[in-house]
Amino acid sequence: MRITLRVWRQLGPTDPGRLETRDVPDVSPDMSFLEMLDVVNEGLIAAGETPIAFDHDCREGICGACSMMINGVPHGPNRATTTCQLHMRTFRDGDTIVVEPWRAKAFPVVRDLVVDRSALDRIISAGGFIGVSTGSAADANATPIPKTVADRAMDSAQCIGCGACVAACPNASAMLFTAAKVVHLGLLPQGQPERYRRVLSMVRQMDLEEFGGCTNFGECQDACPKEINVAVIGRMNADFLKASLSNRDEAA
Amino acid sequence: MNLRSKVPAGPLEKKWDQHRFDLKLVNPANKRKYTVIVVGSGLAGASAAATLGELGYNVKCFCFQDSPRRAHSIAAQGGINAAKNYQNDGDSIFRLFYDTVKGGDFRAREANVYRLAQVSVDIIDQCVAQGVPFAREYGGLLANRSFGGAQVSRTFYARGQTGQQLLLGAYSALERQIARGTVQMFPRTEMLDVVLVDGRARGIVTRDLVTGAVQSTAADAVILATGGYGNIFYLSTNARGCNVTATWRAYRRGAAFANPCFTQIHPTCIPVSGDYQSKLTLMSESLRNDGRVWVPKARGDKRGPAELAEADRDYFLERKYPSFGNLAPRDIASRSAKEVCDEGRGVGETGLGVYLDFSDAISRLGEETVRDRYGNLFEMYQRITGDDPYRVPMRIYPAVHYTMGGLWVDYNLMSTIPGLHVLGEANFSDHGANRLGASALMQGLADGYFIIPYTIGDYLASTKPAKVDETHPAFREVESEVKGRVTRLLSIQGHRSVDSFHRELGRLMWDHCGMSRTAAGLKRALARIPELRAEFWRDVRVLGGEEEFNQSLEKAGRVADFMEFAELMCLDALHRAESCGGHFREEYQTPDGEAKRNDDEFAYVAAWEYTGDGNAPRLHKEPLDFEAVHLTQRSYK
Repeated sequence: MRITLRVWRQLGPTDPGRLETRDVPDVSPDMSFLEMLDVVNEGLIAAGETPIAFDHDCREGICGACSMMINGVPHGPNRATTTCQLHMRTFRDGDTIVVEPWRAKAFPVVRDLVVDRSALDRIISAGGFIGVSTGSAADANATPIPKTVADRAMDSAQCIGCGACVAACPNASAMLFTAAKVVHLGLLPQGQPERYRRVLSMVRQMDLEEFGGCTNFGECQDACPKEINVAVIGRMNADFLKASLSNRDEAA
Repeated sequence: MNLRSKVPAGPLEKKWDQHRFDLKLVNPANKRKYTVIVVGSGLAGASAAATLGELGYNVKCFCFQDSPRRAHSIAAQGGINAAKNYQNDGDSIFRLFYDTVKGGDFRAREANVYRLAQVSVDIIDQCVAQGVPFAREYGGLLANRSFGGAQVSRTFYARGQTGQQLLLGAYSALERQIARGTVQMFPRTEMLDVVLVDGRARGIVTRDLVTGAVQSTAADAVILATGGYGNIFYLSTNARGCNVTATWRAYRRGAAFANPCFTQIHPTCIPVSGDYQSKLTLMSESLRNDGRVWVPKARGDKRGPAELAEADRDYFLERKYPSFGNLAPRDIASRSAKEVCDEGRGVGETGLGVYLDFSDAISRLGEETVRDRYGNLFEMYQRITGDDPYRVPMRIYPAVHYTMGGLWVDYNLMSTIPGLHVLGEANFSDHGANRLGASALMQGLADGYFIIPYTIGDYLASTKPAKVDETHPAFREVESEVKGRVTRLLSIQGHRSVDSFHRELGRLMWDHCGMSRTAAGLKRALARIPELRAEFWRDVRVLGGEEEFNQSLEKAGRVADFMEFAELMCLDALHRAESCGGHFREEYQTPDGEAKRNDDEFAYVAAWEYTGDGNAPRLHKEPLDFEAVHLTQRSYK
């Protein structure tokens, strides 16, 4: 296969950046998208040009490092697929593919396709946990949890923190990310004591990081490589409302 | 060099309890006066950093990823073992201990393994309390599955993403401590050396991967939880960033490196498909619970799997190991697959593959149940290969997955450098010559949650380290060495990319120090590695600058260290003139092709000491005494 790559190059946060066009003549349909970029980079190095910077690590769809807008869609056209799991057989010979970084105010560009997503860590830090110190736990089977509840918690807990939901959202909102954690912990009996305090502080942090608000576009759900359902946002909103109105946790 | 294991006296099952009582404590008010560095934020690093933060220590945690949540523990699929005996199927702490020592082919330290089995039960409690959504039965209690090398069901799991859920649990505990200010997190920061003052580990030198700034951090103790070195083979199931740099740099400063040749080849990975390939993807061992492994009986039979009748198929694991069948331990399953492929019975275009077939399981359990158990794994397989495993058997082949070797540590998880502790895959201690499935997660969390929090207190309380800060000349010296290496890599401006060197090194190691090894092959590798290393330092091309985000430079530093480490690995493999676990020397096998140990000469841990560039490393031996377990030839028949 032969493709034309239009790829975003940007030296750092203050550089305006630009799209650069590359002809990629030797693409195998069995390559992953990142392996295609590896090949492009090898070519650039051979020509004495700086390779394209992009985040990646596990290359099996779970670490959440890879983060590219491919033809305007986070992680490219395939459902439930991260960039590293996207294979070139998805594209056709002669295609032009546009690759850009995640775009959001809360995700400043570090270089080329690499952005700073530490805002997501700070949302977790604000309350995305169950406050149980090591050594204080009861026997694991002491509290039975219905299978359906555990399964639903797991559906939300699968979030890989890649930020595709933010990149997909016209408002650059982090609601799906935040709600996935709120719902995962809020469904479980262990998560109840901090349930309302958690939602208030995580949402507050989300706002502080300058993520936008949710206006129910639902783009996030389609972009999510783990298929987290927008229904979690409704559930989080319900918890948030309850927490705000009832002042259940004074400290929050 | 002193290899005192510090294993406490007394009966096996009392050692840890007694030791915990004997360990000195740090007064709660004094803990915040101690600074502890944790390098790595995987299961071992994140759990250690969080727990030490909870205890009140002043913790500084470093990772090279953009977030601590991305450490490669996240990719572990199948599960975590624990001796809960919830299934009432005969499990016990002793049985988990026994299975682990036997699975490791009797090359692990008994006392450490016993302790691991003891704390395994606490790990599950801790994780459930953190909100890890383990799989459950309809009655609401935890579900278990079986894993290789065991005849009981003791593996807890969260679909095929157990590592992810456990890591996110540890990460959330870590983030909680970051919010409380007890842990300071340094993402995108790579440790490039350890700093010793008066013979003790007192800090590290790091490079900020965004700005390129080389900086020092001082502390009272240093913990390395930096994972394994499987990426030396270039192609492995490790994440692309996994590397040996932290442990290798510690080795060069005096930490003994133990059993570097003990590497694990995982039997169930997606086979290689092309030269551009950048990594191999694991298919969880849990698949062997319900999948049957087979190849055609006849050599060169190119018919598709559907055309091959039962009589034309060889279910070779079931045939050779009737009692463990498809759940034979990893080393044995991998070698058996290699064997049938070497005989010309491999499947797929390259002939380097065997089938993992779910058709029986689907007709027995129904597609829904199979989807429930393995759905995400099946999807992943289909995304990568384009084949649907519900319809056609998966094709799998062994790939490098885990490294049992690592820095030598005593019972307190301290290396031969006082104050330098090593946790998780980065140390050598618990898995001997072969790790059982679902035991890596157990060990990482055991070390981080339940062992280091006790033992580091003892180190600090008994040594009362003197005040040292970053202005100490030792830091200046190491910083300038680190900067010198960085500058040198950038100044070569040769012709070949870092990846091309890495690929060549990986190929060499796979051919000669991979699934099976010979003295002749290892000697060839030992002759070639120094040449390749010299070529690297003469001809590598690293573009870009020093003080900027430069991924080629990051890779170059890691590959440079792999180039040195490769030699130690081969040397260790050559010296160990026996086969055990994952270390298979063709010269030493039983008549039916199984690994043949030599307990008289090799029942020891090989700990290598650095003696300067160009000098042969010095071998130290920690003898392994087995009191509770009787040394036998492993049999899974």
